[in-house]
Amino acid sequence: MIGPFLGVLFDGIAYGMLLFLLSVGLSVTLGMMNFVNLAHCAFAMVGGYTTVTLMHVFGWPFVWTLPMAFLTAAAVSVIFERTLYRPLYRASELDQVLLTIGIAFVSVAVAAWFFGTVQQPIQMPPYLRGSVSAFGISFGVYRLFLIAVALAIALLLIVTLEFTRFGATVRASVDNQRMARGLGIDVDRTFAITFALGSGLAGLGGALAIEIVGLDPSFAFTYLVYVLIVVAVGGLGSIGGSLIAATLIGISDVAGKYYVPETGAFLIYLVMIVVLMWRPAGLFARR
Amino acid sequence: MTLALSTQGVDKSFGSLVVARDIAISLPQGERYALIGPNGAGKTTLINLMTGMLRPDGGRIFLGDEDITALPPAERVRLGLVRTFQINTLFPQLTALESVTLAVCERIGQAGVWWRGLPSERAAVDEAYEILKSLRLAAVCNRPTRELAYGQQRLLEIALALATRPKVLLLDEPAAGVPKDESTELFNAIAGLSKDIAILFIENDMNVVFRFASRIIVMVGGRILVEGTPAEISSDPRVREVYLGKAHHG
Amino acid sequence: MAMTASTPSTDPHAWLRRQTRWHPVEIAFWLATLLPFFLFPNYLVLASQIAITALFALSLDLILGYAGIVSLGHAAFFGLGAYASGILSKHGWGEPLTGLLFGAAVAGIVGYATSFIIARFRHLTLIMLTLGFGLLLFELANKAHWLTGGADGLQGVKIWPIFGRIQFDLWGYTAYSYALIVLFVLFLVCRRLIHSPFGLALRGIRENSVRMPAIGAPSAAHIRKIYTISAAIAGVAGALLTQTTETVALEVLSFARSADTAVMLVLGGAGMLYGGLIGSIIFMIARDQFSGIAPQYWYFWIGILLIVVVMFLPNGILGGLSTLLARWRKP
Ligand SMILES: Nc1ncnc2c1ncn2[C@@H]1O[C@H](COP(=O)(O)OP(=O)(O)O)[C@@H](O)[C@H]1O
Ligand SMILES: [Mg+2]
Repeated sequence: MIGPFLGVLFDGIAYGMLLFLLSVGLSVTLGMMNFVNLAHCAFAMVGGYTTVTLMHVFGWPFVWTLPMAFLTAAAVSVIFERTLYRPLYRASELDQVLLTIGIAFVSVAVAAWFFGTVQQPIQMPPYLRGSVSAFGISFGVYRLFLIAVALAIALLLIVTLEFTRFGATVRASVDNQRMARGLGIDVDRTFAITFALGSGLAGLGGALAIEIVGLDPSFAFTYLVYVLIVVAVGGLGSIGGSLIAATLIGISDVAGKYYVPETGAFLIYLVMIVVLMWRPAGLFARR
Repeated sequence: MTLALSTQGVDKSFGSLVVARDIAISLPQGERYALIGPNGAGKTTLINLMTGMLRPDGGRIFLGDEDITALPPAERVRLGLVRTFQINTLFPQLTALESVTLAVCERIGQAGVWWRGLPSERAAVDEAYEILKSLRLAAVCNRPTRELAYGQQRLLEIALALATRPKVLLLDEPAAGVPKDESTELFNAIAGLSKDIAILFIENDMNVVFRFASRIIVMVGGRILVEGTPAEISSDPRVREVYLGKAHHG
Repeated sequence: MAMTASTPSTDPHAWLRRQTRWHPVEIAFWLATLLPFFLFPNYLVLASQIAITALFALSLDLILGYAGIVSLGHAAFFGLGAYASGILSKHGWGEPLTGLLFGAAVAGIVGYATSFIIARFRHLTLIMLTLGFGLLLFELANKAHWLTGGADGLQGVKIWPIFGRIQFDLWGYTAYSYALIVLFVLFLVCRRLIHSPFGLALRGIRENSVRMPAIGAPSAAHIRKIYTISAAIAGVAGALLTQTTETVALEVLSFARSADTAVMLVLGGAGMLYGGLIGSIIFMIARDQFSGIAPQYWYFWIGILLIVVVMFLPNGILGGLSTLLARWRKP
């Protein structure tokens, strides 16, 4: 009895870590600029396809493609930020929603054009395959790797945010944009950098997601809902909040599918609505 | 002396920045008070607190005898506590007449009516038109707000407030950004308002303040520095110091 | 249409009356909706679908275009109306007009209940809540196989003739007439509504939600009211779809339907009454013409269109046209 339970918990945590990587960037940028970016998962998809291309076409080993997934997604996001997003910072949220949904639609079509609509299988290196056994249950090596990477990044982010100068400007901008501007912080620049970093992390998440959930052009929308739920539940601009919310949602999703498959995604949506009505700014809002 | 509006020990901070500390203000009926102080002193914030757009950390606010500290902003307006904004806060795509008619309809409880056309609200439209006329906006009343000249938009700020039939009117730098000659005209219009309305106005031009205010409240760094008649204020050394820029604030 | 007069007169009453008067273009538009009977008799089924979609877009316009409430889950009410009238007819009552009313009532009641939540929130929270409700309802309908038929769709819907005499025919003649009349009647209601004091208050909320409380306006109450009305109209549109197709697919509740309708509305021009109608005509005809291409490429063009509209045509096609017209009038 305890075996499957721990197994579900482990898979849930791994899935949650994935959601964390995919969503943390959006959480911070949304908290800072109130820019509703529904194309966030399109940037994640850029990371995923970068890894696929580098492995299949250029024969790179999986692990080396990960930094490139980060960089490519970040670079692409910078281009969009400069050209399309920036004019709309102060526009209505409807305009922001429509523009970014439009970008997500286009990304789906472009991905389908270049890579087809099929799943992109990738071959994991031997040392990330298989599983190790402990306490009578087996832990997938890849999932352990994923959890380690995500936790390391979470730690890095928290340290950066709490103890560096750049982190202080980010925190100030999220807490109170007006005051930050008053203190002479260049909020627009801080935002642009954070946006690139956040999209890069999403790209990394997209690359790491392939082995767990697969990759096809619909990725830009399928995971968007989960990412938005994590952001809304975790609270804008809170890294710890995103981490906890992502873990909770990851575990409940995996557990729900395992124990009560007939409810489907119903539980997750219900949890989100209840949390939002109870705490509209999320569980761990900075504001 | 009956008080139209009063506050007791109102506090507010944004994080570590204290913007209101133990504010006690008493505005008697029908009086014209000025609230002055350097930029960032917390004057606008105080209006936000009194009108309920910000929630105070502590203290109480009274309209007449009624404790309104917990009331939402719209309720306070319906009781007669009305404000204007330092930065134009208008309805850009509505015409001046539509905007003021809307405010009148809200006051007389007709704004929920969806089965009759707006032209059938003749009384409300007439009243709105009269208000615009009294502020010399009649000629442009059918222009969308965004097309009005800046000075006209400042007047529309006041027109919207008047349409609610205020008992207490809080004017946040009504002449902000308006050229000198127009600003005098604007204050003449304000001075001509019914004496039943108590007015607290924020203004930086000392000539205007001394001319139109019966009493002056000076705010610095979130606190009330002094309060007194124009004569008292003009001779107060602390005020002179603030306006010569020696005091520490912000 | 709220066209701004280029030479504003100062008589307040005359000007306001002129805003509510029927423009010749409007009359021409409604006469043109009769053309399919004569010119495209083979496309009456499509025409009825367009009329239904246009009605749904009109209901979205009330909350999105007029009150400025961004909803990503409005299909919830369309679907509620569709299922309500479908289930009613499956259980033995197939009278169409009462079916419409029943669809409107069910959607309206749920709309009223949720409006208390909708009116309290803004920004991302509001978007997420509307999205969440939509997805939740979709999942519910999917799982409640015993009631809705789940993914197989609701079978066994039988609609009686209208007034007991007019049968629904295979060519969509009755369907289009019926849908068009319902659309027109509800359009008249909406047109009256937006030209009323309440319509003015809604535009006020959209234009400046900060100022509204400062003039004593109960914005939350206004929002609850328009949300309920909009939900009921969406319910009628859903019920119309059920009655003209005699089936209900799960798709009526889908996110895609919510998103598509928002796209149509914005494409045509939100907050201009006719924007949703024009947008759905263009969108539906285009989709019919390009039905051969893969869906993701269809959405590629939709995406491009959205980007272009947001960046260059902030008030949609209608807004662009009226700007052009104004320039052309003023030499
Ligand atoms: N919403 C807010 N969040 C953070 N700081 C604010 C906010 N509103 C005002 N402030 C700050 O509070 C101080 C007082 O502002 P304000 O009341 O506008 O001053 P005044 O109207 O006297 O010029 C300023 O330093 C301003 O930057
Ligand atoms: Mg100020």
